Order: sequence, then structure tokens, then C-alpha cells
Amino acid sequence: MSKKIVVLDYGSGNIRSAQKSLQKIGAITEITNDYQTCLNADGLVVPGVGAFASCMTGINKVRGGEIIDKRLAGARNVLGICVGMQVLFENGLEHGENTSGLGQWPGEVTEIKSTVLPHMGWNNVEVAPGSTIFEGVEKEKFYFVHSFAAKNLTLEGTDKIDAPIKHFTLYGEKFLSCIENGPLSATQFHPEKSGEAGLQLLKNWLASV
Amino acid sequence: MSLATRIIPCLDVENGRVVKGVNFKNLIDAGDPVELAKLYVEHGADEITFLDISASRDNKETLLEVVRKTADVVFVPLTVGGGIKSVEDVEQLLRAGADKVSVNTSAIANPELINKITQRFGSQILVISIDARRSKEKYASSGFEVTTHGGTKSCGLDALVWTKEAVQRGAGEVLLNSMDKDGTKAGFDLELISLIREHIFVPLIASGGAGKVGDFLPAIQAGANAVLAASIFHFQEVTIQEVKKDLASHKVEVRFPA
Repeated sequence: MSKKIVVLDYGSGNIRSAQKSLQKIGAITEITNDYQTCLNADGLVVPGVGAFASCMTGINKVRGGEIIDKRLAGARNVLGICVGMQVLFENGLEHGENTSGLGQWPGEVTEIKSTVLPHMGWNNVEVAPGSTIFEGVEKEKFYFVHSFAAKNLTLEGTDKIDAPIKHFTLYGEKFLSCIENGPLSATQFHPEKSGEAGLQLLKNWLASV
Repeated sequence: MSLATRIIPCLDVENGRVVKGVNFKNLIDAGDPVELAKLYVEHGADEITFLDISASRDNKETLLEVVRKTADVVFVPLTVGGGIKSVEDVEQLLRAGADKVSVNTSAIANPELINKITQRFGSQILVISIDARRSKEKYASSGFEVTTHGGTKSCGLDALVWTKEAVQRGAGEVLLNSMDKDGTKAGFDLELISLIREHIFVPLIASGGAGKVGDFLPAIQAGANAVLAASIFHFQEVTIQEVKKDLASHKVEVRFPA
């Protein structure tokens, strides 16, 4: 049976592509911010473009943080994309302004140290061992558009709990380009804009949902 | 293993149809922008750009429909330019499935538009498109001036000064069109690219003058992060794949999708 994926609608940029790419790989999709619908879906995609602060404002308005908390408490999958990944950290520092994030992961989002910004275009990911979502597309390039990123995530595993799988990309410096952490995954790049490789990655995620 | 130099085909669209010399065999409908965009992506295009050249703005819905249909089947970034005059125009295009918009003349007439668009949607969605040509006029202190109307009208602005201002106001990318080289097939305007590159720290797309495979490498060496071309690809004189192979043989990072 097809899985139902909700793309969280909080007024962020082009979310039509996220929806269409999920449809393309066989998901039933809906763009909405209806609380119950977001909770009940098999998977929730949190998109995001533009500024960290304005995305947080939009997410807060639709009680996005609460939705994500409740989903994760029930081990229901969530996928953050681009700024939708960044807001999962504790805070974001943009243009001297510090904004609280959703705090699912410790750490902060800061500007990338590189001569030319935004980091715009197709880049590789150093895929760490144990990845599910990069299966079959480990060597492919993915599409990035951003100037800010989380540089690291310090979260240890235990005997019973796996530590997050961290994937890095190099552009001036190394930053986190993808995290797989149980039901919570996130990509700094745009899988919905990364051609066939991106569709395969979404398919891998969908299979895990 | 690093950021790839992007190769971007540009399609001129008028009233929902591709115009200006597209010559593809085996296409069901060579005038259909959706079909062509799909084909280019199969050929390895890293992004697609539509330039709407419709004279009348009454038919906005036609363009939006083209953008929607393209975004439904093409999963690489899509930039749309031409006739964008307001934040509302941008919002409509983004909602239809465009990832970026490019503005040119309207930003010259109303520079504040750049601030308004980028404050609302972020810098990364705005490409400032600049038609530059050599000039001996006093105001053109860099040696290049900004033109409108396909390079026929001067607007009394220095090209470097205007590019800097547009980036300062929030533009996240520069599309630099050389009006001296446009249509000549004599190669990109390396002098112009180097000049702008030296002063601008957002991605730079070079356009105008591509005539053969070997023309692309010098543009990248001069500082372009991406290259945009139209007719050379439309007539299949050169394929995107050939350009990428040539660049790769010169150690330029490019993307070869599996």
C-alpha cells in the first residue's frame, strides 16, 4: 500500500517540487499544516528555504515544533530539507542575529567559511558507513543552495541506541550535509532538486518510513 | 570531489512556446518547453532557465502553467526570468514550482525590488541578470556599461558598480550577459568575467558567445561558477555532455549523472 507523506506547509518557498518528487516515487502526498494530518501521516517532510529566523516564525505559527516532537515520541519519521534541517538544531546565527531552533539536536547553525556564497550547485557527500538513504547513490552529486550549515553534531550512542550517522560535505570547510538519526533524518541539500539521485534517496527514505 | 561547475541551457519562451531556433530531432514537439527541459536534463543539464520574452503580460497564466508542468516532471533547479516586476510576480512563480527568478530591467528601474524580493524569500532565489557591453562613456568607469532592450539601449550605469549594488541589495547570484559577444559564437567575454569575478562573492553565471566546446573552459578559468548558453545547445552543435567531458579532461569538476 502506498504511504502517506505530508509536506509541512508554513509558507516556505517552492514546496511543489517536494510534493511532486514524492509523488513520482509512489507516495501519496499532501501539502498541509493541519495538526492531526501532520501527526497521522506515515512520514513528514519539513522543507525550508530562506532565512532561519523567518522559517522558525513560520514553523512556530503552525505548531511545527510540537508536531515534530509528538511524531518522534512515537517513532514516526520526519525528514528535514535545507533550512528544514537547520531548524532541527538548537539555534541559528545569521547576520549577527541568534534565533532559537527546534533543538532536536545539539549545536548551532553558522555561516560557511568560503569565498563564494551561497554554496550553490551540485556537490558530493562523504557517505558514512551504515547509511540507509544513500544506498545506491553514494557517489552521486546532490544540489545545494545555502550559506549556513551545522558544522558538527555531538551525540553519543549507547549500547542500545545508535549514534546519529553523520555525512559531511566540503565547501571551504566541512559541514553536515545529511544526518540519519533513527526516525529523524535531514539533508542540507535538496533531494527533490537532485535529479535521479535525489529521487533514489527519497525512495530509500520512503522505504524506511 | 567538490562543487561542480554548472552547465545551464536557456530556453526563450513566448506565449508558452519555445522560440528562437530550436532544432531537435526525435522530439514530439520541439516548441514545447516542458519536453525540451526534460530532454536537456537527460543530457545532463545541471539547471534549466526559462526566459519569458512575451511582449504582453496579459498572459501570465500561460507562463505559470508552463512552469507548473515543467516542475512536475523536471527534478533539477528551474530559474524563470522575464517581465518580473513585483514581489507578487515572484511569489506566483515560486508557488508554480520555480526555484529561482532572474530580474533585469525592472531592477534597474526599481533597485528596491531586489531588497523586497530577497527579504521575503531569501537571497538564494534571486538572480540579477546584467546585460553588459564595453563603453567609453564617462560613467562607465570599469569600461563596461549596463544596457537594456537586448543591448540596444544604454541606461547610464557602470556594469561593475551596478553588479555590486545588486549583490549588496541581496541578489544571490549574478547572470552576466556579454552584449559584445552575444550571438558572435566567438567565445565568452573573458575580460568582463574576470572583472566582475574580482569584485563579486556570489556565484557568477557567464553567458554570451559560446560557439564551440573549447569556449567553456576559459570562461571557467576566468572565474565563472556556471555557464549558460542557448542556441549552441538548441541546434545540437555542441551537447552538454561534450562540454562536460572537455571540462573534466581539464580537471574541472562537473557532474555526470549515473
